Amino acid sequence: MFQNIGEILILFWRTFVALPLAWRQRRKVMDQLLDIGNGSLLMVCILALFIGGVLALQTGPVLVERGLSFVLGGMVGLSICKELAPVMLAILIAGRSGSAMSAEIGSMRVYEEIDALRTMNIDPVIYLVLPRMLAIALALPALVVFAIPVGWLGGALVSAFNSSIAVSFDAFFDDLRQVVEVGDVCNGLFKSFVFALAIGIISCHQGLITRGGPRGIGRSVTKAVVNSIVSILILDYFLTRFLIYVQK
Amino acid sequence: MNPPAQPDPNVTVEVRNLHKSFRGDEVLKGISFDVGAGEIFAIMGPSGSGKSVLLRHIIGLEKPDQGEILIQGESICTPHIRDKFRMAMVFQSGALLTSLTVAENVGIYLTEHRLYPADEIARIVSEKLEAVGLKGEEERMPNELSGGMQKRVAIARALVMDPQLVLFDEPTSELDPLMAVAVGSEILKLNQRTHATTIVVTHDRSLVFGIARRVAMITDGEMLCVGTPDELQRNPDPRIQTFIHAEIPASLPEIQPR
Repeated sequence: MFQNIGEILILFWRTFVALPLAWRQRRKVMDQLLDIGNGSLLMVCILALFIGGVLALQTGPVLVERGLSFVLGGMVGLSICKELAPVMLAILIAGRSGSAMSAEIGSMRVYEEIDALRTMNIDPVIYLVLPRMLAIALALPALVVFAIPVGWLGGALVSAFNSSIAVSFDAFFDDLRQVVEVGDVCNGLFKSFVFALAIGIISCHQGLITRGGPRGIGRSVTKAVVNSIVSILILDYFLTRFLIYVQK
Repeated sequence: MNPPAQPDPNVTVEVRNLHKSFRGDEVLKGISFDVGAGEIFAIMGPSGSGKSVLLRHIIGLEKPDQGEILIQGESICTPHIRDKFRMAMVFQSGALLTSLTVAENVGIYLTEHRLYPADEIARIVSEKLEAVGLKGEEERMPNELSGGMQKRVAIARALVMDPQLVLFDEPTSELDPLMAVAVGSEILKLNQRTHATTIVVTHDRSLVFGIARRVAMITDGEMLCVGTPDELQRNPDPRIQTFIHAEIPASLPEIQPR
């Protein structure tokens, strides 16, 4: 495990050092951006809508029962933008795009395509890892920007139309506006940026160390997704602590 | 990235006492030989004898446990050696990038190293594809090509590099006899045109005796002999004789039903 962490850090550093060459890879970055961003947008909106809805559904009746219905908008709003949107979307992207990255790079590794690149003096970090890292680091925060209002909308719809909650649209968004600040949204975007880097580097690394044919590719994909999700949840705790500390 | 190396003459290859083990299994046991500049050198041996591993060491894809490989006197492990010498390898599978078209595959070296403008790259790619008999196939994807065509695309990709050293891993495996002859003559033409030092790993006897100036015979990771094809045929070692004269008998012994 420690060897893997070391390799991942080295790969991350090599990708960071290669950043000045990113302009040359712009076509590949655009392709990846389309795949990660456009390809996931509908899924992200559906996910956010239902997360907002279920959050309102779970907490709304309890708050109403205690006469606290006026805090529902703020609570749902804060939870969505600071926690649920970045974390749930990162998990979705780890499953959708992280798996694709590790499978693609892993299959290139198994079928000697990466060796062929090396013999041509083409660095796989610049050719394969850099465009994917850039694309995911741009796409995930952008998706979170879409997911946050959709999540709020989901929460507001359930609050308005569920008879056991019955908090109006206006009341929901009035409270949300009072509680949620731009800094809270930025908080979520920063988290999603860090999660994106983690997903990208873990998935690319797993692809690059793939061994042993189709079975090895399958193993790599599983490891990439599981390790990404575990990392997201661990990072989430420490990032939250860090952001609370910074905001004080 | 750096432009192609200086227009050096073709390079020599020296392999010195090469050892390699994978998980305790010794695959190469002290292999040594020299390849002269511009020479076509074949490495022959049965499947699983360590030929491809040896080739991967020569191109620098594997690091030896012991021993060294010198390209024009410089260790292959020297940093940036690929900036100094243009070395190409044609993989057994072709190793074409499946997400790129034939033209993109052939031109990838020039594109990624930004050696020429796009229209010049397109012209060079077209010229090299014509040289391997694949003109007009530029826009096809590798998975739409036969095994033989994929190998020829891989040869075109190597040609584009204008290599000083070119390695072929089992270039005629999985090919029908006519295609094998075509690939063999491509290797000869490439050598005559560029005078690139050429190392061919194969167990195809007709290819070895048809194109190689010298041959090394490897069995179980050990070097049995190095010499001209004639010397190999005259070598009394029974392992060599068995390998180069192995034939399927005209009539197989009848299998009696139980």
